[in-house]
Amino acid sequence: MKKTLVACLLLSLTSSLMFAADIKLLNVSYDPTRELYKEINTAFAKAWKARTGDNVSINQSHDGSGKQARSVIVGLPADVVTLALAYDIDAIAQKSGFLPANWQSLLPNNSSPYTSTVVFLVRSGNPKKIKDWNDLVRPGISVITPNPKTSGGARWNYLAAWGYALRQNANKESAATDFVRQLFKNVAVLDTGARGATTTFIQRGIGDVLIAWENEAYLAINEPGAKGKFEIVVPSLSILAEPPVAVVEKVAIKHGTAAVAKAYLEYLYTPEAQEIAAKHYYRPRLKAVADKYAKQFPPVSMLTIADFGGWQQAQKKHFDDKGTFDQIYQPRK
Amino acid sequence: MRARRNVLPGFGISTGLTLSYITLLILIPLSAVFLSTATGGWEHFRSTVTSPQVVASYKLTVGASIAGAAINAVFGLLVAWVLARYDFFGKRWVDAIVDLPFALPTAVAGLSLAAIYADNGWFGRYLVPMGIQVAFTPTGILLALTFVGFPFVVRNVQPVLEDLDEEIEEAARSLGATRWQTFRLVIMPTVLPALVTGSALALARALGEYGSVVFISANIPFKTQITSLLIITKLEEYDYTGATAIAAAMLLMSFVLLLAINLLQARSRRYQETS
Repeated sequence: MKKTLVACLLLSLTSSLMFAADIKLLNVSYDPTRELYKEINTAFAKAWKARTGDNVSINQSHDGSGKQARSVIVGLPADVVTLALAYDIDAIAQKSGFLPANWQSLLPNNSSPYTSTVVFLVRSGNPKKIKDWNDLVRPGISVITPNPKTSGGARWNYLAAWGYALRQNANKESAATDFVRQLFKNVAVLDTGARGATTTFIQRGIGDVLIAWENEAYLAINEPGAKGKFEIVVPSLSILAEPPVAVVEKVAIKHGTAAVAKAYLEYLYTPEAQEIAAKHYYRPRLKAVADKYAKQFPPVSMLTIADFGGWQQAQKKHFDDKGTFDQIYQPRK
Repeated sequence: MRARRNVLPGFGISTGLTLSYITLLILIPLSAVFLSTATGGWEHFRSTVTSPQVVASYKLTVGASIAGAAINAVFGLLVAWVLARYDFFGKRWVDAIVDLPFALPTAVAGLSLAAIYADNGWFGRYLVPMGIQVAFTPTGILLALTFVGFPFVVRNVQPVLEDLDEEIEEAARSLGATRWQTFRLVIMPTVLPALVTGSALALARALGEYGSVVFISANIPFKTQITSLLIITKLEEYDYTGATAIAAAMLLMSFVLLLAINLLQARSRRYQETS
């Protein structure tokens, strides 16, 4: 009798240990998603507990997108990565083999559960009357944007400007290069990251216009102390910025977290998570949620990265050594 | 060898320890830089380190670093003199403040300098209307490099001045030396080695500085981009060999500069001893 009791006790103890496991995930992300994932992580932990009874706690790591990718390549044990552009996750796949080359087709919408777009932030009342990209190349306009070579997010800014110029000039590439050369001549400070550029524009008071992601622009104007001092201008043509997410398969398998990591990323597409994304000013993919926040996200005509032949091609042509960005700073012969 | 007795025992062990420590801590990581550079091949190295944008950054970095070290040599000597020779209220505090640029994260230094000298900052709002732009110009870079190198000269020169007896100066005066002669012929020769060492350290510190400069510089190619920023830029392109190539070039330049300073110093010392 006593023996069976002890056995029962042991059994129940081990089973409870077995079934209410404590799982840890590491989400390696880029800078501006800190607040977004803080909220998502709490919500997912609750949903996962309700579904499986397990406790999952998610650690976050934030830094520049490219720097994070390099850390994962050399062994930062990320179960999932949520970065600013597909090029950085491509680099992880190519250089480490931790995830398959076709990672971007494993989740819906190019593995980008939320999106953003590139907008202008101007000072209240728009004193310099900045309405569209061609206003940024006017003499005497001071522009703030981060360096696309050091900031992944700023590469979307650059491509939007280039794409606009290409359309305006009947697809003549030399004209588009001249346009961005003119634009960058007006750039007063070329910060290394998006947050730095926002600080330069908002805190230091430098520049007439900041080229920024929509979510960053909203965050900036809703800062206490910044209310009423700035306004957002939507250009006639912008770009669909898709920050993608992926399970770092080999690492997750080693940690025994492959299933929960996948569920975590799939959770980002649920109405709950889409609502959280919209609250943090990212454009949701789910139509029902997008409709609800339609006032916050005006319709914009957008290019996509596919218009530039995908990230591999865009990176090579514009941002690698001797690409168009290097060319526009080269002294002209 | 064995017969000779040194004051400190364990010559073999301590030398072995020193060599392995230097190897582990400095030589192996630095040789990794050169090894990684070598994987890219000579042509890649040459074209990377001589590209016009990179060359422009050397000029700015080395120029601003030398200028910063020179400013620190003058004002560092002055501060060290005041701290060594005068007693005043709050001297301990000033003495401690000298070290702050060591302790402060350089990014914080850069951010606060940028905040003060920006168009809407405490100094900037008065300087900019006068046409003096500091933030986001080469002047700002010079300011940041002077800031981070400041403690080196003071900390090297101050103990030498404290050891220098005032009586020696009095003796010089009583033998008819003018103030200038006393300074030039009596004080300077004693202080010079420490002053040169301090300035060389300030120079070396400035050459590799990154954190404080990126915040106060506009980082515009060919104008205000320092070399360490270009190394980061190469890393962002996943061009590891390109990044280490520039790092290796920078390392060589720093080494040559420091070696030249050491040789000069050794030479001037010999000259003084013989004259």
